[in-house]
Amino acid sequence: MIRLCVTIAAIAAAAPAWADLPVAITYMRLEVDRPPVLSNLDPVPEDLGLAGAEIAVKDTQTTGSFLGHSYSLTLASVPPGGDLVAAAREALASSHLILIEADPAAILAVADLPEAQEALLFNVATGAENLRSQDCRANLLHTIPEDAARTDALMQVLQRKQWRTAVMVTGPHPADLALAEAFRRSARKFAVSIAAEKDWTFDTDLRESTMDEVPRFMQDFPDHDVVLIADATDDFGRYIEHNTWIPRPVAGADGLIPTAWSHVIEAWGAVQLQNRFEDHAGRDMRGQDYAAWAAIRAIGEAVTRTNSNDPATIRAFLLDPGFQMDGFKGRGLSFRAWNGQLRQPIAVVNARALVTLAPVEGFLHQRNEMDTLGLDAPESACTAFTEVR
Amino acid sequence: MIAHRQTKAPSFSPVGRGWGRGTTLALCLLAPPAMADEIWVTNEKDDTISVIDTATLEVIRTIPTGERPRGITFSHDFTRVYICASDSDTVQVMDPATGEILHDLPSGEDPEQFVLHPDDRHLWIANEDDAVTTVVDVESRKVVAQINVGIEPEGMGVSRDGSIVVTTSETTNMAHWIDTATHQIIANTLVDSRPRHAEFTETELWVSSEIGGTVTVFDIATKAEKAKIRFAIPGVNKDLIQPVGFEFTPDFTTAFVALGPSNHVAVVNMQTYEVETYILVGRRVWHLAFNRDHSQLFTTNGVSGDVTVIDVASRTALKSIKVGRFPWGAAFRPTE
Repeated sequence: MIRLCVTIAAIAAAAPAWADLPVAITYMRLEVDRPPVLSNLDPVPEDLGLAGAEIAVKDTQTTGSFLGHSYSLTLASVPPGGDLVAAAREALASSHLILIEADPAAILAVADLPEAQEALLFNVATGAENLRSQDCRANLLHTIPEDAARTDALMQVLQRKQWRTAVMVTGPHPADLALAEAFRRSARKFAVSIAAEKDWTFDTDLRESTMDEVPRFMQDFPDHDVVLIADATDDFGRYIEHNTWIPRPVAGADGLIPTAWSHVIEAWGAVQLQNRFEDHAGRDMRGQDYAAWAAIRAIGEAVTRTNSNDPATIRAFLLDPGFQMDGFKGRGLSFRAWNGQLRQPIAVVNARALVTLAPVEGFLHQRNEMDTLGLDAPESACTAFTEVR
Repeated sequence: MIAHRQTKAPSFSPVGRGWGRGTTLALCLLAPPAMADEIWVTNEKDDTISVIDTATLEVIRTIPTGERPRGITFSHDFTRVYICASDSDTVQVMDPATGEILHDLPSGEDPEQFVLHPDDRHLWIANEDDAVTTVVDVESRKVVAQINVGIEPEGMGVSRDGSIVVTTSETTNMAHWIDTATHQIIANTLVDSRPRHAEFTETELWVSSEIGGTVTVFDIATKAEKAKIRFAIPGVNKDLIQPVGFEFTPDFTTAFVALGPSNHVAVVNMQTYEVETYILVGRRVWHLAFNRDHSQLFTTNGVSGDVTVIDVASRTALKSIKVGRFPWGAAFRPTE
């Protein structure tokens, strides 16, 4: 059931003959059957996430070749419903640095394996809150932002723009409901009111009648400044903008979108990363690609500075308060000591431009302004990082 | 709050061009009879150069360039100006008197920054997208060598005797020391995150790290780290203090370090490596250039689209001059 393929092994050839420190990284993926969506305009790339890991290994190997460090990346991809835990056991036999793309329960099953206790895992795919709070694990870091960080970023923008009254349309999937809850929570945090909510209940293909159907659906909303869309699977969100009853912007899953990364980011040296990525993958770089990229760049930074491939050494280096890594977002990235989450700015974008990079100016924090986004120390129930490992 | 009050839209001026006459006049009266020298500023997002008259502190010419001009430097006799036209993948050679492009130099892809060797003949160019440093002979107009370096090379510095060139690579976080005679890398030294700029003194190499927030000082002889300069500005978040370009006074007593989105320039004592003061300038300050007698320092401010003039003696900002969009590089040109 396991497809194991070496994707980047050739890069090791670029390393000098005296290369003596191998750094073996595995990208573990539990494939999913995605639900059908109304439009086929934007299929989810098959190498989403993985392509970010590949480009990061290339970048990092350049540094490694000057230092005698040799990086390798192995893909372990398990088909939908397959045995991820068995695949993880196999991967852990040869690699103790694992990027993992799976649902929260599957990630926890892997993190709790006896074989994983000496390993270092990076969640590169799910923004689920529980993994950063009550279900956190000391051997599990997160480079994908938690959902709350993205919804907090959006609410900072709405508050700053004084679009303080929202309405929300929520899809039927569990992920939509979770996203809606994240919006509610962030709205409370940043004093944006959600005046009314409706569930998206259309069960017809309304692509040819959106201009008739959607405004009527929106008609009974009370007055508002902005429409929030909780559509985690990118199903209906694209049909709301310009089809509202009153002329209002949309935000959330469409329109004004909070994300870890987008191709519209050009400043802070990002163009170079975008170019390298597009040359490599033949498409634009997205949030999940960025999370995998950041995980490997973090590993690379730790290996470069410590001259060690030991997961415990790497973990200690990454969690050190002095750690700072460049992430092409204008601020140094670091890891939160209380739950292992990568501390990072969140881009709030539309289809054509960066609107702003949160934290938005004026939202202050006693420690680091980026900690206004997502689970701050008092909000997280995680204790695994304060216990002696 | 970020200070952008220094940027004044030219449209507010009654004449429609330039600043209030009173200010300019007062400066003219105070200043010694300065020669009509110039500061040339590349505008990355306008594909132009703004030429500032150092006596009147006004833009007197705007010259079109190739796409995305960044690095800029003059030949030793100032008869030619070299411009990194990054998105045109070339180094342009311009006649500064006429603004005419004389010819292009083969530069490798995406040239961002370069340094002219003391021999006045070889340009050492960082090719940001290609992870190489390219050496070009400006007379034969041929590529002499290409040296593989780290990812996103940017900062370029040459030792005073011309024996060593250093390229810093932004993503690899290293200073690569290259022997200019053999074109071989002789050392790679790690620096803090995202190194941007490198300059030599007689005995030291200074490298700024934008995300690391530091300037690292190396001893040339041993290539060992000698000092690390850190910055702290009251009321400015630490992660916005991002050292990029810097310039030394000719006597190597003082360094002026541009600190990016903190909108300040740090004044560093080069003997003690202590920061003596910070000067508020425009938004996202990048690079700097002195005037002829080093009494004034011109900073390019990328986000506010202007140039701040600093009075070196009093260490205060005198004036902002509106230039093009995203001013990046700056270079001095004497006109007589």
